[in-house]
Amino acid sequence: MSRPLGSLQRPLRKIGTAMLVLLCLLLVNLAYTQVIKASDYSSNPLNRRTQLADFNRQRGQISAAGGVVLASSVPSDDQFRYQRSYPRGAAFANLTGYLSLRYGKTGLESSQNALLSGDDPELTVTNLSDLVTGRDPRGANVELTVVPKLQQVAYDQLASKNLTGAVVALQPKTGAVLAMVTSPSFNPNPLASHSTDTQREAYNKLREALTTTAPDPTVNRAIESVYPPGSTFKLVVSAAALQNGFTPNSAVTGVNRITLPGTGGATLSNYGGETCANRGGSDVTLTQALAHSCNTAFAEVAMKVGAAKLKEQAASFGVGESASIAGLPGAASRVGDMPDQAAVAQSGIGQRDVAFSPMQNAEVVASIANAGQRMQPYLVSRVTKPDLSLLSSTEPTSMGQAVPTEIAGQIRDMMRESEKSLQSSLGQQQFAQYDIASKTGTAEHGSNPKTTPPHAWYVAFAPATDPQIAVAVFVANGGDRGLSATGASVAGPVGHAVIAAALGGG
Amino acid sequence: MKQRTGRAAEIGLLTFAAVIVSCALIIVELNQDQQLSWDLAWYGGGYLLALLITHLLVRWLAPYADPVLMPVAALLNGLGLVMIHRLDLADVARAKAGGDPTGALEAPLQLMWTAVALGLFLLVLLVVRDHTKLQNYAYTLALAGVVFLAIPAILPARYSAVNGAKIWIKIPGLFSIQPSEFAKIALIIFCAAFLSSRVGVLGQAGKRFLGLTLPRMRDLGPLALVLVIALGILVRGNDLGTSLLLFGIVLVMLYLATSRISWVIICLLAFGAGCVLMYQLFPHFKVRVDIWLHPFADPSGSSYQLVQSLFGLGTGGIFGTGLGAGRPDLVPFASTDFITAAFGEELGLVGLTVIIVLYMLLTSRGIRTGIAARDKFGALLAGGLAFSIALQVFIIVGGVTRLIPLTGLTTPFLSYGGSSLLANYMILALLVRISDSSRRPPPPPPVLGASSADDAAGAGGTGGPGGSGPDGSGPGSSGETGRVRLGKPQQLGEVHTQMLTVPGRRGRDGGQASAGKGKDAGRGTGNGRGSER
Repeated sequence: MSRPLGSLQRPLRKIGTAMLVLLCLLLVNLAYTQVIKASDYSSNPLNRRTQLADFNRQRGQISAAGGVVLASSVPSDDQFRYQRSYPRGAAFANLTGYLSLRYGKTGLESSQNALLSGDDPELTVTNLSDLVTGRDPRGANVELTVVPKLQQVAYDQLASKNLTGAVVALQPKTGAVLAMVTSPSFNPNPLASHSTDTQREAYNKLREALTTTAPDPTVNRAIESVYPPGSTFKLVVSAAALQNGFTPNSAVTGVNRITLPGTGGATLSNYGGETCANRGGSDVTLTQALAHSCNTAFAEVAMKVGAAKLKEQAASFGVGESASIAGLPGAASRVGDMPDQAAVAQSGIGQRDVAFSPMQNAEVVASIANAGQRMQPYLVSRVTKPDLSLLSSTEPTSMGQAVPTEIAGQIRDMMRESEKSLQSSLGQQQFAQYDIASKTGTAEHGSNPKTTPPHAWYVAFAPATDPQIAVAVFVANGGDRGLSATGASVAGPVGHAVIAAALGGG
Repeated sequence: MKQRTGRAAEIGLLTFAAVIVSCALIIVELNQDQQLSWDLAWYGGGYLLALLITHLLVRWLAPYADPVLMPVAALLNGLGLVMIHRLDLADVARAKAGGDPTGALEAPLQLMWTAVALGLFLLVLLVVRDHTKLQNYAYTLALAGVVFLAIPAILPARYSAVNGAKIWIKIPGLFSIQPSEFAKIALIIFCAAFLSSRVGVLGQAGKRFLGLTLPRMRDLGPLALVLVIALGILVRGNDLGTSLLLFGIVLVMLYLATSRISWVIICLLAFGAGCVLMYQLFPHFKVRVDIWLHPFADPSGSSYQLVQSLFGLGTGGIFGTGLGAGRPDLVPFASTDFITAAFGEELGLVGLTVIIVLYMLLTSRGIRTGIAARDKFGALLAGGLAFSIALQVFIIVGGVTRLIPLTGLTTPFLSYGGSSLLANYMILALLVRISDSSRRPPPPPPVLGASSADDAAGAGGTGGPGGSGPDGSGPGSSGETGRVRLGKPQQLGEVHTQMLTVPGRRGRDGGQASAGKGKDAGRGTGNGRGSER
């Protein structure tokens, strides 16, 4: 039998070749996609695989001073190898943040991710050897300066009374953050759950605040928000005044009300309309004015010092710099423009456009406590490799002299008087043993300050002669006292408790 | 002797495929921290048993078939099963984490479909003992194919639409069929029969235009009509992938029948113009092209699927994450349209290259079957079927990897889906049948001379036929015969295709009728040739 098919064989061969060419084109394109574009695609933030990988490898742990674990990856037997856990919960949630499959990462989980996940270039050598030895790549451990006991006490102080606020405690000599608390907070554990429903439920609860008037638990008030500092700003004014002709004993006005220049009769009065230290309006010393937080006196002092010197002094305390720390987002504090004398007077008592973060206020007192030298606050004390060998550690950094040492000493003594006045007004003597130097603040805010509960502040350091801790307490909207709230009555006790916890031993 | 038929090679290759699939399955289980359970052994054992039975029956039904076709298909099918099972595990884990009820597992169903498909494969081999007989049903098949294709367009969406494509026949809760997969085969058979009956006429008559010889309408009329109807139905049902596939197949078969590259160019130009027109007219089409050009313009909206696929491929990189260690379940439709992306993620470029090479092997053997075929119809059919697999792979894999705009198609043998699996095993059965007939030694009174040398080459499955005499005289004479015979009963397909039966094939029919005898004879001659080589 013959094969009359010669005519088909040639085209078949050609089609066969064309077919192979088509399939080869696929291979070329695959090589392009999987080799040249591979890292673009695999590291694209929209690619959920990198995020999922976080749940399948041993992420480094976040710990506080003394090795107390704040966040760790524990082996899990469900669809992921590890479960991220936050044993200390809400009190530390503003630091740790959370690592959620659906909702991403926040806090240090996000800002320190490269180290924690092990992707940091400094860790690649370790991880390469892990690859060779067949061990899963692990992340580095981040150790914080935070003292768990202080953080917990501060958080409990705020949370137990449902206060909205923040506490920042610094070690004056180094700038190490001893506590950084915000309230209300949230429990990060359900957000890290491997169950989609649990995550969703927890996340929706977090977001509830956005649609109601309830305070947002995701805001880290210690560094992310700025508020009028009220009378605590008088420390900055004092620092500027003492360098410009004033002494602690300089006579300042003791009247209950002054008229602001150039406003056509607007007045500025003392708290409750009282004369300074209830002395009938006669002159008082600067020390007395600070101890009794007399507004008229500091308004006049501020006007005498002038806007330029006030701004300069504020800047040397760090005002204007972002409060961001360890990659956690922070806001910059400000003193405002102070365009005229009336503005300077109002700014002099920490109102008008002056706005401080609790961290900023803590830096002011820490600098005064540290003989005028401002230290850069830091949160991460050291980073260790997966095998616990040291990768890096933080050395305290000086940001320069905020006030001369001598003047810092004068302010310190004035603050001791202020604390004495506070303790007598509270009728509490049990804190005298700690030798506290402090200043309270009661800041008006809102469109109608008379009907809006004021913000309460308390800034302090102790012991005054050898400062171990500087603390700033902020309680928003009168805390649990409403319109009658003062810094002394609302924020003071919180600060006292933190200082007692820090110095009380035990 | 066994070397001669290729059955020994086939069982060897099948064993190889079975080992690879088993290893893949075990790796998946280990990486997913699953216990190696007896259930799994049953599944694996069932798959191996089905392959063994199929092989034994092929020994009886198509003893001279190409030994590579079946093992390659079985390997692809097995890898597909493993990946579908692996995606099942991910779905179960996800359902567990979300507290949702676990959806229907796809792997047991696909395994069931594999068994049915292997049954159908054997049934086709059993029923179609001589592929040339298919020519008798060319017009019937064309009509059936077009009608079948049209059913989803007529049915209400509830019974025909899945994920927006109105290309299914589904009885909710029972089954769903994708008619285009089967219609494709019917149309290829029709096309092969129609074109093989007109091989002589096509290229010779017609007006000349700009140096090109245009075909006469009456020579191509029925084919053009069937194609236009089919494409019309498909485009209306938004099945751009299958439209492109059918168009490409018919174009290539037309070229095979005429060797005229000019017509291919005309058709491609028409295709290009059609695409430009569709881009302007159909928003659906425009969206596809825009996604292809700018996938990251709307990564969580319209181009979500493609972007996820690219992420999977990119994450896989060169070596992949390892089977069971990636997250291919993040890509939508990972078990059907995007199964290549799943393989690309877990087996990497290396694994995908192997899979593409398997397709190259499968389709090249198909083309080789066409080259070795002893009749025009068989050659055209094998060429068309082989090319259909290659083009389908190109369209879907090209789409998934952003080489061309993404249009939905299944990946032959790999993807989840009963229709796809059944249809592809039917294609495989036809290729096996044609290769069996071409490699089958001629009946006892052997023809001397060049043609027997041809058979030797064909049977050995290596190289091309050497006989130059028939090659030269073939086209002229057959063309002449075709034209003369076709002159008579033009419209009755069955009659005229019967008329086409050439003496040479008659002889083979005789051989097939006494299959046992032919086989014995084959063994005799086979031994002799084996020793020569």
